[in-house]
Amino acid sequence: MEYPILKMNQVVKQYGNHTAVDAVSFEVPKGSVFGLLGPNGAGKTSLIRIITTITRADSGVIELEGQLLNSSHPEQIGYMPEERGLYKKMKVGAHLIYLARLKGLSKQQAKEAIGNWMEKFEITDWWNKKVEELSKGMQQKVQFIATVVHEPKLLILDEPFSGLDPINTNLIKEEIRSLHKKGTSIIFSTHRMEQVEEICENILLINRGKVLLKGSVKEVKNQFKLNHFEIGFEGELPTELSNQLEVVRQENNKAVVKLPAEMSPSTLLKKAVQTGLDIRSWNEMLPSLNEIFIRQVENNHG
Amino acid sequence: MDKLRLIISREYLTRVKKKSFILATLLTPFAFVLFFVVVGFIFEYQGEEVKRIAVIDKGGIIKTPLKDEDNLFFTKVTEDIEVLKTNFETSNYDGILLIPELADVMLNNFTIYYYANNPPSLSVETLLKSRVERKIRDFKIEALAIERSALDALETKISLDPEPIKEGGTNVSKVANIIGAAIGGIMGFVMYLAVFIYGMMVMRSVMEEKTTRIVEVMISSVKPFQLMMGKIIGVGGVGLTQVAIWAILIPSMLFVVNLIFGFDSSTGFGNAPSVNAEISMEDTEAMVGLAIQEIGRMNWWIILPLFILYFLGGYFLYASLFAAVGSAMGDDLGEGQSLTLPITIPVILALYIMMAALESPDSPLAVGSSLFPLFSPIVMPARLAFGPPFWEVALSVVILLGTAVFFVWLSGRIYRVGILMYGKKVNFKTLGQWLFYKD
Repeated sequence: MEYPILKMNQVVKQYGNHTAVDAVSFEVPKGSVFGLLGPNGAGKTSLIRIITTITRADSGVIELEGQLLNSSHPEQIGYMPEERGLYKKMKVGAHLIYLARLKGLSKQQAKEAIGNWMEKFEITDWWNKKVEELSKGMQQKVQFIATVVHEPKLLILDEPFSGLDPINTNLIKEEIRSLHKKGTSIIFSTHRMEQVEEICENILLINRGKVLLKGSVKEVKNQFKLNHFEIGFEGELPTELSNQLEVVRQENNKAVVKLPAEMSPSTLLKKAVQTGLDIRSWNEMLPSLNEIFIRQVENNHG
Repeated sequence: MDKLRLIISREYLTRVKKKSFILATLLTPFAFVLFFVVVGFIFEYQGEEVKRIAVIDKGGIIKTPLKDEDNLFFTKVTEDIEVLKTNFETSNYDGILLIPELADVMLNNFTIYYYANNPPSLSVETLLKSRVERKIRDFKIEALAIERSALDALETKISLDPEPIKEGGTNVSKVANIIGAAIGGIMGFVMYLAVFIYGMMVMRSVMEEKTTRIVEVMISSVKPFQLMMGKIIGVGGVGLTQVAIWAILIPSMLFVVNLIFGFDSSTGFGNAPSVNAEISMEDTEAMVGLAIQEIGRMNWWIILPLFILYFLGGYFLYASLFAAVGSAMGDDLGEGQSLTLPITIPVILALYIMMAALESPDSPLAVGSSLFPLFSPIVMPARLAFGPPFWEVALSVVILLGTAVFFVWLSGRIYRVGILMYGKKVNFKTLGQWLFYKD
């Protein structure tokens, strides 16, 4: 059996009287892109700091590939914090080598890997530039290279796109995809849901340190679906059809209807055809993660 | 261990390679030597003031002519003072010295007059007085018919040689005391500067890492304690490098400057020419010889290693405290003032205690302070040259090193929490709470 890249069981972390992480358990399958979601202050960063061994959990078990988390693991993890910076006075090349060597690479390995990445990003001429001479967007590329240069098995990105311009966002997204293809497991922490739907396979939603939801994106969406269907048509919606259903909303040529629990989608479609409705489109309305997120967090606060 | 070495070398190299470091390291000795040269010239300059002085000797006191020395040139004249005064502008004299008749040989107070457009400078006045005083002395000796050899016999030079009561006790002469005070003072002061300059450097660097937010990236690779120690050791290395360069550059540059300009080192600083005139060349030479002998007699193979021990102990103790405070501070230096003050006050106090300890190295204050670990790194080096009892030194070193280790540990506990805390007003209570946070 293959171990999950990360497994947390009943992990608790307290700061004084405040419980930042409250009995959190979850697994990140190897090679997956995992969304760690939650509003600000939910405990995402506390959780990440435990995984990166910056802090230690008060109790609970954390395993990386079936091994209890230990001090050798940081070299296998690449972490890009939300608040990230660089030494302003250092030259880009020397800076990257320094960070790579702290991750256990030899000087030669570091040079090679950094050279490859800089070529990929077409920034080889920055080697001797000081960090403070770079624009913010340029520094973000350097930070990304520093995060992935040691080929981590587990990549943890905390709000990776915050403050990035659209071009860099796309560039980094591409790199995340290609790392994913190469088998890197990625934990992606954010409160921006559209990015999660685009990138993640599995999610964990936490609030106030507690797990609210977990599972694959599809499972979660199905769990919260309201049986809404959107029908696109020409002409009028026949009353014999609308009488049998709950019409949630209706625009010119579109109607969103709620299916009764006992009725299957194909039955509805059959009925609609029987009424002679000129159907142009047919779509199941799954809730967006954003809706689920807001609903869950609000319920939790309520 | 490997990572610690990486951190140390980065912290050290980035600082040592900085232009500002190279400039400060090289320019400080230059500034120091320049100051020395300027002061030297100022003292030399006084002598440039050439005076031609007409001397009216009414009572025939001056038997042998006054020597033309120190840029003062004397001419004995017979004209009346009134004549000289009216012709003063056309004459080439700068002043007229009038020595009236000595009415009574037994007189102890005697006034001579100096006529000139400007009153004489202090040094000229002193010179004139001492010259005439010696002439009057010679005159009186003759007038009172005193045997000169008998007079000489009255003069006795006393030197005091302190001897220990027990065999093997400390035997310190006066010169040794002065030398000890000088060396001790320099050592204590170097410690004081080192604690301040390099301790502050550690603090600023910790704050910078925190505000630029590189710190979270760093501690995802290394332990916060490693990062803190790497910084403290790296900056300490910078300090040792700088102090070593200064210790070599300043004396050698002073030596070269002395060769070029030929300042007499004894007139270089603070010695008024009048005092100098009283000390004969032989005396000075004897004293320098004695000084060199005393310096040679000190137990350098004990003092130097001890000094380095105190340097390390004091530096680690204070630098770790500065690191802890830096980690607790935000972007605002002013806000941290209340946190740095409790660290800087003992350092400043220690400097004053050190000065007092130089006066009386065995006073209870000096002994107590050289055991107290916050003061001992500055006070004890100043006492080392006076040969304090062995048990005091040993106890003080043990207490200092123990406290340094304890403070490094303590600061590490504050540091690991502080560097990740943003936007929180910090006071001593919160620092205390951080100590007990679990990892």
